[in-house]
Amino acid sequence: MKRLSRDEIAQRLAKDIPEGAYVNLGIGLPTKVANYLPKDKEIFLHSENGVLGMGPAPAEDQQDWDLINAGKQPVTLLKGGSFFHHADSFGMMRGGHLDICVLGAFQVSRHGDLANWHTGEPDAIPAVGGAMDLAAGARSVYVMMELQTRDGQSKLVDQCTYPLTGLKCVSRIYTDYGVFQIEGNGVVRVVDDCANAGLEQLKVITGLDLIA
Amino acid sequence: MINKIVQTLEQAVAGIEDGATVLVGGFGGAGQPMALIDAMITQGAKDLVIVNNNAGNAEVGLAALMKAGRVRKVICSFPRQADSYVFDELYRAGKIELELVPQGTLAERVRAGGAGIGGFYTRTGVGTMLAQGKEVRTIDGEDYLLEAPITADVALIKAKCGDRWGNLIYNKTARNFGPVHATAAKLTIAQVDDIAELGELDPEAVVTPGIFVQRVVQVQS
Repeated sequence: MKRLSRDEIAQRLAKDIPEGAYVNLGIGLPTKVANYLPKDKEIFLHSENGVLGMGPAPAEDQQDWDLINAGKQPVTLLKGGSFFHHADSFGMMRGGHLDICVLGAFQVSRHGDLANWHTGEPDAIPAVGGAMDLAAGARSVYVMMELQTRDGQSKLVDQCTYPLTGLKCVSRIYTDYGVFQIEGNGVVRVVDDCANAGLEQLKVITGLDLIA
Repeated sequence: MINKIVQTLEQAVAGIEDGATVLVGGFGGAGQPMALIDAMITQGAKDLVIVNNNAGNAEVGLAALMKAGRVRKVICSFPRQADSYVFDELYRAGKIELELVPQGTLAERVRAGGAGIGGFYTRTGVGTMLAQGKEVRTIDGEDYLLEAPITADVALIKAKCGDRWGNLIYNKTARNFGPVHATAAKLTIAQVDDIAELGELDPEAVVTPGIFVQRVVQVQS
Protein backbone atom coordinates (compact mmCIF):
# COMPACT_ATOMS: atom_id res chain seq x y z
CA MET A 1 0.00 0.00 0.00
CA LYS A 2 1.34 3.41 -0.97
CA ARG A 3 -0.56 6.52 0.01
CA LEU A 4 -0.76 9.44 -2.43
CA SER A 5 1.38 12.54 -1.92
CA ARG A 6 -0.35 15.91 -1.81
CA ASP A 7 0.59 16.49 -5.42
CA GLU A 8 -0.78 13.08 -6.39
CA ILE A 9 -4.10 13.89 -4.66
CA ALA A 10 -4.24 17.12 -6.68
CA GLN A 11 -3.45 15.17 -9.84
CA ARG A 12 -6.17 12.60 -9.11
CA LEU A 13 -8.75 15.34 -8.49
CA ALA A 14 -7.76 17.29 -11.62
CA LYS A 15 -8.62 14.20 -13.74
CA ASP A 16 -12.28 14.52 -12.67
CA ILE A 17 -12.73 18.12 -13.84
CA PRO A 18 -14.41 18.19 -17.24
CA GLU A 19 -13.78 20.65 -20.05
CA GLY A 20 -15.86 23.82 -19.75
CA ALA A 21 -16.24 23.58 -15.97
CA TYR A 22 -16.26 26.77 -13.90
CA VAL A 23 -14.10 25.92 -10.89
CA ASN A 24 -13.04 27.67 -7.69
CA LEU A 25 -9.95 26.34 -5.94
CA GLY A 26 -9.83 27.22 -2.25
CA ILE A 27 -6.71 28.58 -0.60
CA GLY A 28 -4.06 26.15 0.64
CA LEU A 29 -3.87 22.56 -0.62
CA PRO A 30 -6.57 22.94 -3.35
CA THR A 31 -4.49 25.51 -5.26
CA LYS A 32 -2.21 22.60 -6.23
CA VAL A 33 -4.99 21.27 -8.49
CA ALA A 34 -4.27 24.12 -10.93
CA ASN A 35 -0.86 22.58 -11.67
CA TYR A 36 -2.46 19.38 -12.98
CA LEU A 37 -5.41 20.59 -15.06
CA PRO A 38 -5.18 18.92 -18.47
CA LYS A 39 -3.57 21.29 -20.97
CA ASP A 40 -5.82 20.12 -23.79
CA LYS A 41 -9.07 21.14 -22.04
CA GLU A 42 -10.44 24.63 -21.43
CA ILE A 43 -11.40 24.98 -17.75
CA PHE A 44 -12.41 28.32 -16.23
CA LEU A 45 -10.85 29.12 -12.87
CA HIS A 46 -12.80 31.55 -10.68
CA SER A 47 -11.28 33.52 -7.82
CA GLU A 48 -13.55 35.03 -5.18
CA ASN A 49 -11.86 38.43 -5.45
CA GLY A 50 -13.29 38.97 -8.90
CA VAL A 51 -11.61 36.93 -11.63
CA LEU A 52 -12.76 34.37 -14.19
CA GLY A 53 -10.13 32.84 -16.43
CA MET A 54 -7.35 32.98 -13.89
CA GLY A 55 -3.98 31.81 -15.18
CA PRO A 56 -0.82 30.55 -13.49
CA ALA A 57 1.57 32.55 -11.33
CA PRO A 58 3.66 35.06 -13.27
CA ALA A 59 7.45 35.18 -13.44
CA GLU A 60 8.84 37.13 -10.51
CA ASP A 61 9.59 40.23 -12.59
CA GLN A 62 6.03 40.20 -14.00
CA GLN A 63 4.19 40.29 -10.66
CA ASP A 64 1.27 42.72 -10.46
CA TRP A 65 -0.12 43.21 -6.94
CA ASP A 66 -3.42 44.42 -8.41
CA LEU A 67 -3.84 40.96 -9.98
CA ILE A 68 -3.98 38.45 -7.14
CA ASN A 69 -5.89 35.32 -6.12
CA ALA A 70 -7.91 34.55 -2.97
CA GLY A 71 -4.68 33.66 -1.16
CA LYS A 72 -3.42 37.16 -2.10
CA GLN A 73 -0.66 35.78 -4.32
CA PRO A 74 0.05 37.25 -7.78
CA VAL A 75 -1.61 35.43 -10.70
CA THR A 76 -2.20 36.08 -14.40
CA LEU A 77 -5.29 36.43 -16.56
CA LEU A 78 -5.86 34.13 -19.53
CA LYS A 79 -7.05 35.51 -22.87
CA GLY A 80 -10.82 35.85 -22.54
CA GLY A 81 -10.65 36.33 -18.78
CA SER A 82 -12.66 38.99 -16.97
CA PHE A 83 -12.84 41.05 -13.78
CA PHE A 84 -15.93 41.87 -11.69
CA HIS A 85 -16.76 43.19 -8.26
CA HIS A 86 -17.26 41.22 -5.07
CA ALA A 87 -21.07 41.15 -5.04
CA ASP A 88 -21.11 39.70 -8.57
CA SER A 89 -18.35 37.26 -7.68
CA PHE A 90 -20.31 35.82 -4.76
CA GLY A 91 -23.52 35.95 -6.77
CA MET A 92 -21.80 33.49 -9.11
CA MET A 93 -21.33 31.15 -6.13
CA ARG A 94 -24.68 31.46 -4.40
CA GLY A 95 -26.53 31.52 -7.71
CA GLY A 96 -25.26 28.04 -8.57
CA HIS A 97 -23.16 29.16 -11.53
CA LEU A 98 -19.93 27.54 -10.32
CA ASP A 99 -19.76 23.88 -11.24
CA ILE A 100 -17.12 22.80 -8.73
CA CYS A 101 -15.30 24.21 -5.77
CA VAL A 102 -12.41 22.44 -4.09
CA LEU A 103 -11.86 23.10 -0.39
CA GLY A 104 -9.57 21.88 2.35
CA ALA A 105 -11.14 20.51 5.54
CA PHE A 106 -10.60 19.73 9.20
CA GLN A 107 -13.45 17.24 9.05
CA VAL A 108 -16.17 15.97 6.72
CA SER A 109 -19.08 13.93 8.08
CA ARG A 110 -20.65 10.94 6.35
CA HIS A 111 -23.64 13.21 5.61
CA GLY A 112 -21.39 15.67 3.77
CA ASP A 113 -21.26 18.27 6.55
CA LEU A 114 -18.07 20.32 6.26
CA ALA A 115 -15.88 21.83 9.00
CA ASN A 116 -12.99 23.87 7.63
CA TRP A 117 -12.98 27.42 9.02
CA HIS A 118 -12.48 27.41 12.78
CA THR A 119 -10.88 25.13 15.32
CA GLY A 120 -13.30 26.39 17.95
CA GLU A 121 -10.47 26.94 20.43
CA PRO A 122 -11.29 29.82 22.77
CA ASP A 123 -8.20 31.91 21.94
CA ALA A 124 -8.47 31.38 18.17
CA ILE A 125 -9.36 34.46 16.12
CA PRO A 126 -12.12 33.26 13.81
CA ALA A 127 -11.82 33.98 10.09
CA VAL A 128 -14.33 32.62 7.58
CA GLY A 129 -13.59 34.38 4.27
CA GLY A 130 -15.55 32.85 1.41
CA ALA A 131 -15.69 29.28 2.75
CA MET A 132 -19.36 29.33 3.81
CA ASP A 133 -20.45 30.98 0.56
CA LEU A 134 -18.62 28.36 -1.51
CA ALA A 135 -19.97 25.50 0.59
CA ALA A 136 -23.53 26.76 0.24
CA GLY A 137 -23.29 27.90 -3.36
CA ALA A 138 -21.14 25.73 -5.63
CA ARG A 139 -23.04 22.95 -7.43
CA SER A 140 -20.45 20.37 -6.36
CA VAL A 141 -18.18 20.77 -3.35
CA TYR A 142 -15.07 18.59 -3.49
CA VAL A 143 -12.85 18.31 -0.44
CA MET A 144 -9.14 17.63 -0.71
CA MET A 145 -7.43 16.50 2.48
CA GLU A 146 -5.30 13.86 4.11
CA LEU A 147 -7.63 11.17 5.50
CA GLN A 148 -6.10 11.26 8.97
CA THR A 149 -4.81 13.88 11.37
CA ARG A 150 -1.16 13.73 12.43
CA ASP A 151 -2.13 11.65 15.45
CA GLY A 152 -4.01 9.16 13.30
CA GLN A 153 -7.64 10.22 13.76
CA SER A 154 -9.92 10.01 10.75
CA LYS A 155 -11.06 13.35 9.34
CA LEU A 156 -13.92 11.58 7.59
CA VAL A 157 -16.24 11.18 10.56
CA ASP A 158 -19.69 10.19 11.73
CA GLN A 159 -20.38 13.70 13.08
CA CYS A 160 -18.16 16.78 12.88
CA THR A 161 -16.85 18.02 16.22
CA TYR A 162 -15.34 21.25 14.82
CA PRO A 163 -17.60 24.24 14.07
CA LEU A 164 -19.44 23.70 10.79
CA THR A 165 -18.90 25.58 7.53
CA GLY A 166 -21.93 24.09 5.81
CA LEU A 167 -24.48 21.29 6.15
CA LYS A 168 -24.74 18.39 3.66
CA CYS A 169 -22.69 20.25 1.08
CA VAL A 170 -19.72 17.96 0.25
CA SER A 171 -20.14 15.44 -2.56
CA ARG A 172 -16.62 14.02 -2.95
CA ILE A 173 -13.52 13.72 -0.80
CA TYR A 174 -10.09 13.26 -2.37
CA THR A 175 -7.53 11.90 0.09
CA ASP A 176 -4.14 10.23 0.30
CA TYR A 177 -5.97 6.87 0.57
CA GLY A 178 -8.44 7.42 -2.24
CA VAL A 179 -11.67 9.02 -3.35
CA PHE A 180 -14.89 8.87 -1.33
CA GLN A 181 -18.37 9.78 -2.54
CA ILE A 182 -21.11 11.05 -0.19
CA GLU A 183 -24.17 9.16 -1.40
CA GLY A 184 -26.82 10.66 0.87
CA ASN A 185 -28.55 9.25 3.97
CA GLY A 186 -25.15 8.90 5.62
CA VAL A 187 -23.82 6.41 3.08
CA VAL A 188 -20.21 6.81 1.92
CA ARG A 189 -18.87 4.91 -1.08
CA VAL A 190 -15.23 4.28 -1.90
CA VAL A 191 -15.00 5.17 -5.59
CA ASP A 192 -11.26 4.84 -5.99
CA ASP A 193 -9.01 2.91 -3.59
CA CYS A 194 -5.91 4.71 -4.85
CA ALA A 195 -3.54 3.34 -2.17
CA ASN A 196 -4.89 -0.24 -2.44
CA ALA A 197 -5.70 -0.24 1.25
CA GLY A 198 -8.80 -2.37 0.69
CA LEU A 199 -12.34 -1.70 1.84
CA GLU A 200 -11.94 -3.44 5.20
CA GLN A 201 -8.91 -1.37 6.21
CA LEU A 202 -10.62 1.86 5.11
CA LYS A 203 -13.56 0.90 7.33
CA VAL A 204 -11.17 0.48 10.24
CA ILE A 205 -9.39 3.79 9.59
CA THR A 206 -12.61 5.80 9.27
CA GLY A 207 -14.76 3.84 11.70
CA LEU A 208 -17.53 4.07 9.09
CA ASP A 209 -19.53 1.35 7.38
CA LEU A 210 -18.25 2.22 3.91
CA ILE A 211 -19.53 0.62 0.72
CA ALA A 212 -17.58 -0.16 -2.44
CA MET B 1 -19.98 73.40 -13.36
CA ILE B 2 -19.81 70.27 -11.25
CA ASN B 3 -16.33 69.30 -10.16
CA LYS B 4 -15.97 66.49 -7.62
CA ILE B 5 -12.19 66.53 -7.86
CA VAL B 6 -10.52 67.87 -4.74
CA GLN B 7 -6.91 68.95 -4.74
CA THR B 8 -5.63 67.56 -1.45
CA LEU B 9 -6.06 64.47 0.69
CA GLU B 10 -6.94 66.78 3.58
CA GLN B 11 -9.91 68.12 1.61
CA ALA B 12 -10.81 64.59 0.56
CA VAL B 13 -11.36 63.35 4.13
CA ALA B 14 -12.62 66.62 5.65
CA GLY B 15 -15.70 66.34 7.83
CA ILE B 16 -15.53 62.64 8.75
CA GLU B 17 -16.99 62.53 12.25
CA ASP B 18 -16.19 60.52 15.36
CA GLY B 19 -18.25 57.33 15.50
CA ALA B 20 -18.63 57.14 11.71
CA THR B 21 -19.17 53.84 9.94
CA VAL B 22 -16.62 53.68 7.14
CA LEU B 23 -16.63 51.20 4.26
CA VAL B 24 -13.07 50.64 3.11
CA GLY B 25 -12.30 49.05 -0.26
CA GLY B 26 -9.63 46.44 -0.77
CA PHE B 27 -8.89 42.74 -0.58
CA GLY B 28 -5.66 42.59 1.39
CA GLY B 29 -3.55 45.34 -0.18
CA ALA B 30 -5.19 45.28 -3.64
CA GLY B 31 -7.59 48.20 -3.89
CA GLN B 32 -6.96 49.42 -0.34
CA PRO B 33 -6.98 53.25 -0.46
CA MET B 34 -3.79 53.68 1.58
CA ALA B 35 -3.45 57.44 1.03
CA LEU B 36 -7.03 58.11 2.16
CA ILE B 37 -6.56 55.97 5.26
CA ASP B 38 -3.32 57.80 6.10
CA ALA B 39 -5.17 61.09 5.63
CA MET B 40 -7.84 59.88 8.07
CA ILE B 41 -5.18 59.18 10.67
CA THR B 42 -4.09 62.81 10.34
CA GLN B 43 -7.70 64.02 10.22
CA GLY B 44 -8.33 62.44 13.63
CA ALA B 45 -11.83 60.89 13.57
CA LYS B 46 -12.14 58.18 16.24
CA ASP B 47 -14.52 55.47 17.52
CA LEU B 48 -14.84 54.33 13.92
CA VAL B 49 -16.63 51.22 12.70
CA ILE B 50 -14.64 49.84 9.77
CA VAL B 51 -16.12 47.54 7.14
CA ASN B 52 -13.48 45.75 5.05
CA ASN B 53 -12.78 42.20 3.94
CA ASN B 54 -9.75 42.00 6.24
CA ALA B 55 -8.47 43.66 9.40
CA GLY B 56 -5.24 45.21 8.19
CA ASN B 57 -1.77 44.03 7.28
CA ALA B 58 1.56 44.81 8.95
CA GLU B 59 1.44 48.42 10.16
CA VAL B 60 0.20 50.23 7.08
CA GLY B 61 -3.26 51.35 5.94
CA LEU B 62 -6.04 49.90 8.08
CA ALA B 63 -3.56 48.37 10.52
CA ALA B 64 -2.03 51.81 11.10
CA LEU B 65 -5.50 53.29 11.72
CA MET B 66 -6.16 50.56 14.30
CA LYS B 67 -2.75 51.01 15.87
CA ALA B 68 -3.55 54.72 16.26
CA GLY B 69 -6.54 53.65 18.39
CA ARG B 70 -9.22 55.06 16.08
CA VAL B 71 -11.22 51.92 15.44
CA ARG B 72 -13.92 50.69 17.81
CA LYS B 73 -15.24 47.82 15.72
CA VAL B 74 -14.34 45.87 12.59
CA ILE B 75 -16.93 44.16 10.39
CA CYS B 76 -15.04 41.74 8.14
CA SER B 77 -14.79 38.20 6.81
CA PHE B 78 -11.13 37.34 7.31
CA PRO B 79 -9.24 39.16 10.09
CA ARG B 80 -6.59 36.53 10.71
CA GLN B 81 -3.60 36.68 8.38
CA ALA B 82 0.11 36.08 8.66
CA ASP B 83 0.76 39.79 9.23
CA SER B 84 -2.43 40.91 11.00
CA TYR B 85 -0.66 41.28 14.34
CA VAL B 86 -1.98 44.78 15.08
CA PHE B 87 -5.58 43.57 14.96
CA ASP B 88 -4.72 40.30 16.74
CA GLU B 89 -3.24 42.13 19.74
CA LEU B 90 -6.10 44.64 20.01
CA TYR B 91 -8.67 41.84 19.72
CA ARG B 92 -7.01 39.64 22.34
CA ALA B 93 -6.73 42.65 24.67
CA GLY B 94 -10.46 43.30 24.24
CA LYS B 95 -9.79 46.72 22.73
CA ILE B 96 -11.56 46.13 19.44
CA GLU B 97 -14.88 44.51 18.59
CA LEU B 98 -15.22 42.01 15.73
CA GLU B 99 -18.32 41.18 13.72
CA LEU B 100 -17.41 38.22 11.52
CA VAL B 101 -19.43 37.93 8.31
CA PRO B 102 -19.01 35.42 5.46
CA GLN B 103 -17.40 37.23 2.56
CA GLY B 104 -20.28 36.96 0.11
CA THR B 105 -22.80 37.91 2.78
CA LEU B 106 -20.65 40.95 3.58
CA ALA B 107 -20.61 42.05 -0.07
CA GLU B 108 -24.33 41.43 -0.45
CA ARG B 109 -25.22 43.26 2.78
CA VAL B 110 -23.39 46.32 1.46
CA ARG B 111 -24.95 45.88 -1.98
CA ALA B 112 -28.38 45.68 -0.35
CA GLY B 113 -27.62 48.80 1.68
CA GLY B 114 -26.68 50.70 -1.46
CA ALA B 115 -29.66 49.43 -3.43
CA GLY B 116 -32.32 50.21 -0.83
CA ILE B 117 -33.03 46.57 -0.04
CA GLY B 118 -34.15 46.00 3.55
CA GLY B 119 -32.45 42.61 3.91
CA PHE B 120 -32.20 39.31 2.09
CA TYR B 121 -32.31 35.58 2.64
CA THR B 122 -29.20 33.51 1.90
CA ARG B 123 -28.23 29.85 2.27
CA THR B 124 -24.72 30.87 3.32
CA GLY B 125 -24.07 30.06 6.97
CA VAL B 126 -27.19 27.95 7.63
CA GLY B 127 -26.55 25.54 10.50
CA THR B 128 -23.28 27.23 11.55
CA MET B 129 -22.13 29.38 14.48
CA LEU B 130 -22.65 32.45 12.32
CA ALA B 131 -26.38 31.72 12.09
CA GLN B 132 -26.88 32.39 15.79
CA GLY B 133 -29.64 34.90 16.44
CA LYS B 134 -30.70 35.08 12.79
CA GLU B 135 -34.16 34.33 11.44
CA VAL B 136 -34.30 31.09 9.43
CA ARG B 137 -36.89 30.81 6.69
CA THR B 138 -37.63 27.78 4.56
CA ILE B 139 -38.14 28.73 0.91
CA ASP B 140 -38.96 25.95 -1.60
CA GLY B 141 -37.74 23.37 0.90
CA GLU B 142 -34.37 25.04 1.57
CA ASP B 143 -33.36 26.92 4.72
CA TYR B 144 -32.16 30.51 4.39
CA LEU B 145 -30.85 33.09 6.87
CA LEU B 146 -32.13 36.65 7.02
CA GLU B 147 -29.27 39.15 6.69
CA ALA B 148 -29.49 42.90 7.27
CA PRO B 149 -28.24 45.61 4.92
CA ILE B 150 -25.16 47.70 5.73
CA THR B 151 -25.09 51.41 5.02
CA ALA B 152 -22.37 53.83 6.05
CA ASP B 153 -21.47 57.43 6.59
CA VAL B 154 -18.36 57.23 4.46
CA ALA B 155 -16.78 54.95 1.84
CA LEU B 156 -13.08 55.13 1.05
CA ILE B 157 -12.21 53.37 -2.19
CA LYS B 158 -9.39 53.16 -4.70
CA ALA B 159 -9.90 53.28 -8.46
CA LYS B 160 -7.63 53.51 -11.45
CA CYS B 161 -9.16 56.54 -13.09
CA GLY B 162 -11.92 59.05 -12.40
CA ASP B 163 -13.38 62.18 -13.97
CA ARG B 164 -14.85 65.37 -12.49
CA TRP B 165 -18.37 63.88 -12.43
CA GLY B 166 -17.07 60.98 -10.31
CA ASN B 167 -17.23 58.23 -12.94
CA LEU B 168 -14.72 55.51 -12.12
CA ILE B 169 -12.90 52.59 -13.67
CA TYR B 170 -10.76 50.16 -11.70
CA ASN B 171 -7.61 48.08 -12.15
CA LYS B 172 -7.90 44.28 -12.34
CA THR B 173 -8.63 42.60 -8.98
CA ALA B 174 -8.14 45.90 -7.16
CA ARG B 175 -11.81 46.46 -8.12
CA ASN B 176 -13.11 43.96 -5.50
CA PHE B 177 -15.39 45.77 -3.00
CA GLY B 178 -14.93 49.28 -4.49
CA PRO B 179 -17.99 49.44 -6.74
CA VAL B 180 -20.18 47.90 -4.02
CA HIS B 181 -18.96 50.16 -1.23
CA ALA B 182 -19.37 53.24 -3.44
CA THR B 183 -23.13 52.69 -3.52
CA ALA B 184 -23.76 52.37 0.21
CA ALA B 185 -22.27 55.50 1.83
CA LYS B 186 -23.54 59.05 2.20
CA LEU B 187 -20.04 60.29 1.32
CA THR B 188 -17.97 58.21 -1.11
CA ILE B 189 -14.39 59.32 -1.56
CA ALA B 190 -12.31 57.79 -4.35
CA GLN B 191 -8.54 57.79 -4.48
CA VAL B 192 -7.54 57.49 -8.16
CA ASP B 193 -4.24 57.04 -9.98
CA ASP B 194 -5.32 59.15 -12.93
CA ILE B 195 -7.84 61.86 -13.77
CA ALA B 196 -9.67 61.71 -17.10
CA GLU B 197 -11.25 64.62 -18.94
CA LEU B 198 -15.03 64.41 -19.08
CA GLY B 199 -15.91 62.14 -22.03
CA GLU B 200 -12.57 60.36 -22.05
CA LEU B 201 -13.84 57.33 -20.13
CA ASP B 202 -15.73 54.96 -22.42
CA PRO B 203 -19.36 55.11 -21.18
CA GLU B 204 -19.65 51.37 -21.93
CA ALA B 205 -16.72 50.68 -19.61
CA VAL B 206 -17.57 52.95 -16.65
CA VAL B 207 -17.88 50.63 -13.63
CA THR B 208 -19.04 53.13 -11.01
CA PRO B 209 -21.28 55.88 -12.38
CA GLY B 210 -20.64 59.29 -10.81
CA ILE B 211 -23.96 59.36 -8.94
CA PHE B 212 -22.31 57.16 -6.29
CA VAL B 213 -19.22 59.33 -5.81
CA GLN B 214 -18.91 62.66 -4.00
CA ARG B 215 -15.16 63.33 -3.98
CA VAL B 216 -12.25 62.25 -6.19
CA VAL B 217 -8.61 62.82 -5.32
CA GLN B 218 -5.63 61.95 -7.46
CA VAL B 219 -2.81 60.10 -5.73
CA GLN B 220 0.00 59.10 -8.03
CA SER B 221 1.10 55.55 -7.31
